[in-house]
Amino acid sequence: MSEPYIVVNDLAKRFQIAERDPGLWGALKGIARRRYRTVEALHGVSFEIGRGDLVGYIGPNGAGKSTTIKILSGILVPSGGTCEVAGLTPWQSRVEHVARIGVVFGQRTQLWWDLPVVESFELLRDIYRVPQAHYVRERDELVELLDLVPLLDVPVRQLSLGQRMRSDLAASLLHDPEILFLDEPTIGLDAVSKLAMRDFIRRRNTERGTTVLLTTHDMDDVEALCSRVMLINHGTLLMDGTVADLRSDRRRVVVDFSEPVALAAHHSALVRSSSGERIVFEVQSRVPEFVAEVTAAYPVQDLMVEHPPIEETVAALYQQVRSVDGTGIRE
Amino acid sequence: MAEVSTQGLSRIPDTGPGPLALYGRFVSQSIRATLQYRLSFVLMALGYFVTSGVEALGVWALFDRFGMLGRWSLAEVALLYGMVNVAFPISEALARGFDIFGQEFVKTGNFDRVLLRPRSTVLQLAGHEFQIHRIGRLLQGLIVLGIAMWLLPVEWTVWRLALMAFTILSGVVFFYALFIFQAALSFWTVESLEIMNTLTYGGVETAQYPLAIYQPGFRRFFTFVVPLGCISYFPAVAILGIEDPLGSTLWMQVAAPLAGYLFFAVSLVAWRFGIRHYTSTGS
Repeated sequence: MSEPYIVVNDLAKRFQIAERDPGLWGALKGIARRRYRTVEALHGVSFEIGRGDLVGYIGPNGAGKSTTIKILSGILVPSGGTCEVAGLTPWQSRVEHVARIGVVFGQRTQLWWDLPVVESFELLRDIYRVPQAHYVRERDELVELLDLVPLLDVPVRQLSLGQRMRSDLAASLLHDPEILFLDEPTIGLDAVSKLAMRDFIRRRNTERGTTVLLTTHDMDDVEALCSRVMLINHGTLLMDGTVADLRSDRRRVVVDFSEPVALAAHHSALVRSSSGERIVFEVQSRVPEFVAEVTAAYPVQDLMVEHPPIEETVAALYQQVRSVDGTGIRE
Repeated sequence: MAEVSTQGLSRIPDTGPGPLALYGRFVSQSIRATLQYRLSFVLMALGYFVTSGVEALGVWALFDRFGMLGRWSLAEVALLYGMVNVAFPISEALARGFDIFGQEFVKTGNFDRVLLRPRSTVLQLAGHEFQIHRIGRLLQGLIVLGIAMWLLPVEWTVWRLALMAFTILSGVVFFYALFIFQAALSFWTVESLEIMNTLTYGGVETAQYPLAIYQPGFRRFFTFVVPLGCISYFPAVAILGIEDPLGSTLWMQVAAPLAGYLFFAVSLVAWRFGIRHYTSTGS
């Protein structure tokens, strides 16, 4: 990791949620006396992100990802802990801070619904006080890289989701921020758009050195982009490591037999599925030995060894913690 | 804690449009957007002119039937009515962002985006939308004001006109402040906004008539708490050059509109509290 650029220390966030009984009577009671339930969205989250890093931030819904992003981008004040982004405490110097960051929420657009894309860009130029020459340079580059030429004069409401996301990404970068927070930037996108998005994010990171923190549910995003992954659940960081750490050491062996076989029970593998002549084994270790045994004992037509999908490992990690602690609701 | 790099980061350019220029940009953008749908704009403006015009006719009908409202003549009430109905639509046109704040920004979470932009929140909301079709009501107010000026046996000296302009401007500021208050309140609750509507729309109704005709408690409320009377009744008395049945002195009447600016300042404080609440609860 290079020099620390984002430093988060023991960050905590508690929300008071007003509880209300269902129905009209509940609503009326709620006016008279409110009951509150405290939800701990974050407790004691600490990490550092170096300048120019591209870090994935994953966790199930309600784990605390968005809360973290909101605190880092200065729109939410934590209940405890400290946080410095490039030397500033985000919520204490909002205007200064947000001028240097770009934020994309995959679920929401920052463009003006009724305006053509290029007019939204021009408004943002003025809002961020980007000098005209810089603006033209940045805009032209973004338009080219994100293939926006045919979209510039189209009102935002007429864009498809993929088109809108590309425009949104461009919009968040017109002022050339040094830090980019991406909250589920690939959500709902088709395969082509996803690839284009990833490619662009990677380039921005390597060519401009933009520091990127990315939340996603798509493990392919993480595998494709992030050298480092942080996994959060119930407001606590569970893992902070490399993508390789998320990969289990198990392998999946897919075997096509040339005729139906009766399997002996002694093989050191689990049968995950079997259909016709194809059986999928899960092997913990000694894969070569296992393959040798199988090919010696049975007529094998074809054989494949693969990593189990990273989703499964991650899902298992999520599950693990859920059984330890059953609270925490809010994202 | 580790050392944090700040190198090469302090570059918020001083160039680019200042707050006023940006506001101008927002407004012209909004007007252009509105005028894309020319027919819809014309119909809305016309509709607004007619509905508020019917209201004015109602006032006239009242006087036609009863002659006087206490000691107040139709022309005198028309002066009040006219000033308020010039001021209010201007605020309405300019304060749309605050007016719909609860529904459009708090409930939807769009306020996050406002906070993510390196500009004052008030500026961004003020520039949210310029409702040019409010001109319908403005026109109606101007007509009533013109009729009042024509009917009143008053000599329209420069200072009378200046006081009238000052009163209207202060009225714009006052009603704007009400919209900001309403927006600030919606940080806590979107549901209770009906209460605020009674103050904005109800306030306009109230200010159309002389404060002196109301109950004392009501009068005090609209003088000292929500200083509606200060941007309509009191300066109007000075403009009419009559003795105030409520006993105010001339300098009080002339200075009264300043309460509108004070009220505006207070509403900005409320706004600040609202934002603090929002950023600590995130909803």
